[in-house]
Amino acid sequence: MSAAAATAPLPRQVRYLAWRSVIRTARQPIIIVPPLVFPLFLLAINASGLDAASSIPGFPADSYVAFALAFPFVQGSIFATNTAGTNVAEDIGSGFFNRLSLTPMRGPSLLAGQLSGVLLIGTIQAVAFLAAGLAAGVEIESGVLGALVLLVLSLFICAAFGTIGLFVGLRTGSGEGVQGLFPLMFILLFLSSAVLPRDLIGQDWFRTVATINPVSYLIEGLRSLIITGWDTEALALAFGIAVAIFVAGLAGSTLALRERLVRT
Amino acid sequence: MSRRSRYLSVVRTVAWRNIHSAVRSPALLLPALIFPLFFYMAFAGGLSTVGDLPGFDYYDYNAFQFVFVLLQSAAFGGVFIGFSIGADFDSGFTRRLFLASGDRSAVIAGFAAAALIRTAFVWALVFAIALATGLEIAGDGVELSGLIGLALIINVAFFLFAAGMMTRMRTLQAAPAMQLPVFFILMTAPVYVPRDLLQGWIETVSKFNPMTAIIEAGRSLMAGDPFHVALAFAAAAGLAAVLLLWAASGLRRAEAAG
Repeated sequence: MSAAAATAPLPRQVRYLAWRSVIRTARQPIIIVPPLVFPLFLLAINASGLDAASSIPGFPADSYVAFALAFPFVQGSIFATNTAGTNVAEDIGSGFFNRLSLTPMRGPSLLAGQLSGVLLIGTIQAVAFLAAGLAAGVEIESGVLGALVLLVLSLFICAAFGTIGLFVGLRTGSGEGVQGLFPLMFILLFLSSAVLPRDLIGQDWFRTVATINPVSYLIEGLRSLIITGWDTEALALAFGIAVAIFVAGLAGSTLALRERLVRT
Repeated sequence: MSRRSRYLSVVRTVAWRNIHSAVRSPALLLPALIFPLFFYMAFAGGLSTVGDLPGFDYYDYNAFQFVFVLLQSAAFGGVFIGFSIGADFDSGFTRRLFLASGDRSAVIAGFAAAALIRTAFVWALVFAIALATGLEIAGDGVELSGLIGLALIINVAFFLFAAGMMTRMRTLQAAPAMQLPVFFILMTAPVYVPRDLLQGWIETVSKFNPMTAIIEAGRSLMAGDPFHVALAFAAAAGLAAVLLLWAASGLRRAEAAG
């Protein structure tokens, strides 16, 4: 990072760091491929293995693949947590943060820059998942505009989980600490309405957990665009929760960043 | 000291060191413990309505999923020890162990013994929690022993797979490459519903997947209605035999690499 970049105005600082984050992400296929392949693989397995579930009375879609298509969007976003957190932990471990803290580079530009690489992966993922769904014969009930809203919502979710990764990465400064977050995020995903609608979940305790779990509402918002059409309530809840997670994650990251820069 | 005693001494030492590390750092045991419990909760809890589908003729959906989770924990219990082998290669410890032992297969056998002990501990807890939360076992003691026997062979087979991978790659960074094939072979068996209710590509793949026979026989033993048990044991033993060759050739490569 040049001295000119460090003394540049905030938008230019963001641009420099965002470009670094995007290039760094694009140069590491190992960061891009698993978040792309793994959710598609699980979608293929669930869509085929659970297709019989679409015969359950009251099931909201004709095919299970249409119902399950929202799942990889959120699963892919969970990978964003890891990417963002691991990148920032690497920067701390390699001393990049220490060097940056000696420059006039501002905190918000650091956070926005780090999130850019995550959003790049999020965009690639969302387009790939949507394309896979369309190729599998899924019809988006909300139409072309709905498909665009689906992409926007998935990027909101990606950014929201990305800030959680940033927070943990900044707080712990350790890649292992960030990796430890992954099982917890995965548990949140599975203990949600990801595989069956909440009203069809037979076990009361599971339905209660899925109702409390915010991930259920993120999935239901995405899913509503695919199988229902325009469901204002589901969309408002999904966008609202994504924004709330984003704001909380960003606030935590800002505090952790401030503390991290003081430490150095 | 006879050759056999020396061999057993190395096995015991390697196994003890691994178990000791796991006890002192519970974080090493937690994934192996949490994942089966979590999958059991998520599958049996979240998908219990699937058990009411027409054509789903198993006696209890919890038990249906428990068998899968037991066999899955057996497989991953074997694979997780591969992480220890990889980490020991990274630190150079495995190479020192190889230098110190007359027969290097004893080092691998020691890790295998540790895998069995750690997996047995996980099963005890998973069984206890499943029973406490309402799991019904319809099979008798002999049938349940058959199910555990199958799971033990799977544990050894997947440990041999992990050992073969790690003696070839000799780094912990190969861990994802080790987990993905295991995940694939497990998930392309009839996980959520019986094979009759599978549709699409997975129906075809599951017919040729050896884990299908093993999971189906395991579920039949759990239900007290044994079905194709000999086929399942043959499939599990065949898998273990092939993977023994894989692990042995990996060990030779590691020895050659020095």
